[in-house]
Amino acid sequence: MQRKQRLSRNTAYFVPYILWILLFVIAPVLLLIYQSFFNIDGQFTFDNYVTYFSSSTYLMMTVNSVWYAFLITLATLLISYPTAYLLNETKHPQLWLLLIIMPTWINLLLKAYAFIGIFSQAGIANQFLSFIGIGPKQLLFTNFSFVFVAAYIQIPFMVLPIYNSISELKPSYVNASRDLGATNWQTFSRVIFPLTMPGVKAGIQAVFIPSLSLFMLTRLIGGNKVITLGTAIEEHFLTTMNWGMGSTIGVVLIIAMVIIMWLTNGNKRRSGKGLTK
Amino acid sequence: MAVNTQPIIRLTNVCKSYGDHQILKDINLELEAGKFYTLLGPSGCGKTTILRTIAGFTDATAGEVDFDGQRINDLPANQRQVNTVFQDYALFPHMNVAENVAFGLKLHKVAKAEIETRVQEALALVQLADFGDREISEISGGQQQRVAIARALVMQPKVLLLDEPLSALDAKLRKDMQYELRDLQQRLGITFLFVTHDQEEALAMSDEIFVMNDGKILQGGTPVDIYDEPINHFVANFIGESNIIPGNMLQDYQVEFVGKTFECADAGMQAGEAVEVVLRPEDLDIVAADQGKLVVTVDSQLFRGNYFEIVAYDNDHNEWLVHSTNPADEGTPIGLTFDPQDIHVMRLHETEAAFDARLEQYEDD
Repeated sequence: MQRKQRLSRNTAYFVPYILWILLFVIAPVLLLIYQSFFNIDGQFTFDNYVTYFSSSTYLMMTVNSVWYAFLITLATLLISYPTAYLLNETKHPQLWLLLIIMPTWINLLLKAYAFIGIFSQAGIANQFLSFIGIGPKQLLFTNFSFVFVAAYIQIPFMVLPIYNSISELKPSYVNASRDLGATNWQTFSRVIFPLTMPGVKAGIQAVFIPSLSLFMLTRLIGGNKVITLGTAIEEHFLTTMNWGMGSTIGVVLIIAMVIIMWLTNGNKRRSGKGLTK
Repeated sequence: MAVNTQPIIRLTNVCKSYGDHQILKDINLELEAGKFYTLLGPSGCGKTTILRTIAGFTDATAGEVDFDGQRINDLPANQRQVNTVFQDYALFPHMNVAENVAFGLKLHKVAKAEIETRVQEALALVQLADFGDREISEISGGQQQRVAIARALVMQPKVLLLDEPLSALDAKLRKDMQYELRDLQQRLGITFLFVTHDQEEALAMSDEIFVMNDGKILQGGTPVDIYDEPINHFVANFIGESNIIPGNMLQDYQVEFVGKTFECADAGMQAGEAVEVVLRPEDLDIVAADQGKLVVTVDSQLFRGNYFEIVAYDNDHNEWLVHSTNPADEGTPIGLTFDPQDIHVMRLHETEAAFDARLEQYEDD
C-alpha cells in the first residue's frame, strides 16, 4: 500500500517531462510525417517522396548538406580536439572552458551579422589582408567563410564533450602506456584517442546533426551559393508554401539524424567502461 | 652478501619537491638484483614518489638515479628497463586481456608469432592461461591484478615496480597474492620493488624493507632486523604493535624503566642517557602477580581469534598491551615476565648510520 503510493508519487515527477516530450517532440514529428503525405492542394499522395528521391535537385541538396555538415564537423573536430587536450593541461581549465563557452550566450543571428562586418570588403579581415599585402579579397559569400563561421559557432559544442572525456581519463593509463615503451605519439594514438572516442562521438553528434539543417548561415555568410536541405525547408514553408514537400525534407532529415545517432552510438562494447577516475 | 655486485638501482641524495613542499628528502638507497624490496610507510610519506622517480613518471629535483650503473635521470620512461604494476592496474579498457599483455611487445615490434607465445606464457605465469579473449570489464579485481602483473612481466624487465597492487583486494585474496608474488619473484629472479602501507604485507614478502616517513627513509633492513631492532619510536610503532616506555640507560646491558632496573641486550650508549624501551606484546608472558617482573592490572581484553589482546595499566599509569593465548580476568592484577633479549632500547634521534655502527660495535664484542 505504502509502496504503491511512493511509486505513484515517483511517476508524478515524470509528468512534466512526458507532457513536454509529447507536445513538443512526438506530436510535431507525427504532424510532420502526416503533412508530408499531402500535396500543395491538400490531397493525399506519395508524390512528395517520389519527387524527393527522383529529382536531381533534391538529391544534390542532400549531398551538399551532408558534405558541408561533414566539412564543418571535420573542421570543428580538428580545432576542438587539440583545444580540449591543451585545456586539460592548463592550470585553470574551468576558466578557459568558460571563455570558450561564452560565445554561445550570444544569439546566433548577432554572431552572423558580426561576421558580415568582419568579412566585408572594408572589414577588419580584409584590412589585415591588405596590410600583409595579399588583400583585399572577396571573403563574404564564399563557401570557405560559410564553413569557417559554422565551425566557429559549433566549436564549444565539440570542445565540451571531448574535454570531459579527456579530463576523466585516468593519468595511470598514460603512465602505463609510457611504461610499456610507447612514445608520446603512440600513447596518443593507441590509448588516449581510442579512450576519448566517446567524447568525440558525442561532439560529432552535437555538431553534425545541427549542421545538416543549417539555413540562416548559408544565406547570410554563404550567400545562398550552397542550397542545403535547411534552406529548402525554409523556402517551402515560407516562400512556395508547399508544406507537404517541406515536411518530406524534414522527415528525411530526421531519418538521417537517427541513422547518425545509431552509427555514433554503436560499438559501445569496449568504450566508456571504467574510464572515470 | 656479495660485496662486488653492482646494485641494479641506486638512488643518491634524491630530493623531490613541489613548490615549497618537499616530498623526498635526501633519499639514498641501493637495490641488488634478484631481491624483493619493500618501501613501507604511511600514505603521503613519499614511497610512491620514489617508485615514480625510478619508473620515470616524475623527475627528481636533485640527486642521481642510476640503473645498472648508468645514470637514468634524463632517460624517458618508455626507454627504461623497468615496468610498473599500478595501484589501479591501469588496464586499457578498450583492449581485451591478451591485447593488454601484448601492448608493450607490439610497440617493440616483436614478431607476431613470438608475441603470441610470450603473451600465452605470461598469462600462464599468473594462472590466467584461458583468459586471453576476455574483456577487462568481464574479469574480477583479482584477475585484473594478475593481468596487470602479466602485462608488466611479459616485457622481461630487470626491475618490477609494484605500487600498492594488493590494496584493492579483499583480505583472503590479498594473502594468496602475497604468496604468489613472492613465489613469482623467486622463480623469475628479478628485482621487485613493492610499495605498501601494510606492515604485515611487508614483513611477509620482503627480503629487505625500507621504512619511510615524511619523505625520509628511517630504516632499512631485513624484516626480522626491523621488527626486532626498530631504530626509533616511529618504526617501532609502525611495524607491529609495541609497548614503548621511557627509560634510562644505567650502563651497558642495564636499563631502568617504570622505576625498576632490568638486564637487557643493548649497549653502546652513555650512562644515564634517556632512552625509549620497546617490549612487543607477544614477548610478554602472564604469570601470577607475585612472580612477575612487573605487576599490572587488567583493564580490558579482546578476543582476536588466535590470541587475546589484553590492555593493562601499571601503577605509573603506563599502558601495557599483552598478547596471550589465555584469557585474563578484567580488573585483577597480573604479573608480566620477559627475557632480557625481549627488551629493545632505542636512543632518541639516532640516525640509521650511527645506529648500525653502534650495533656492529657491541655485537662484535
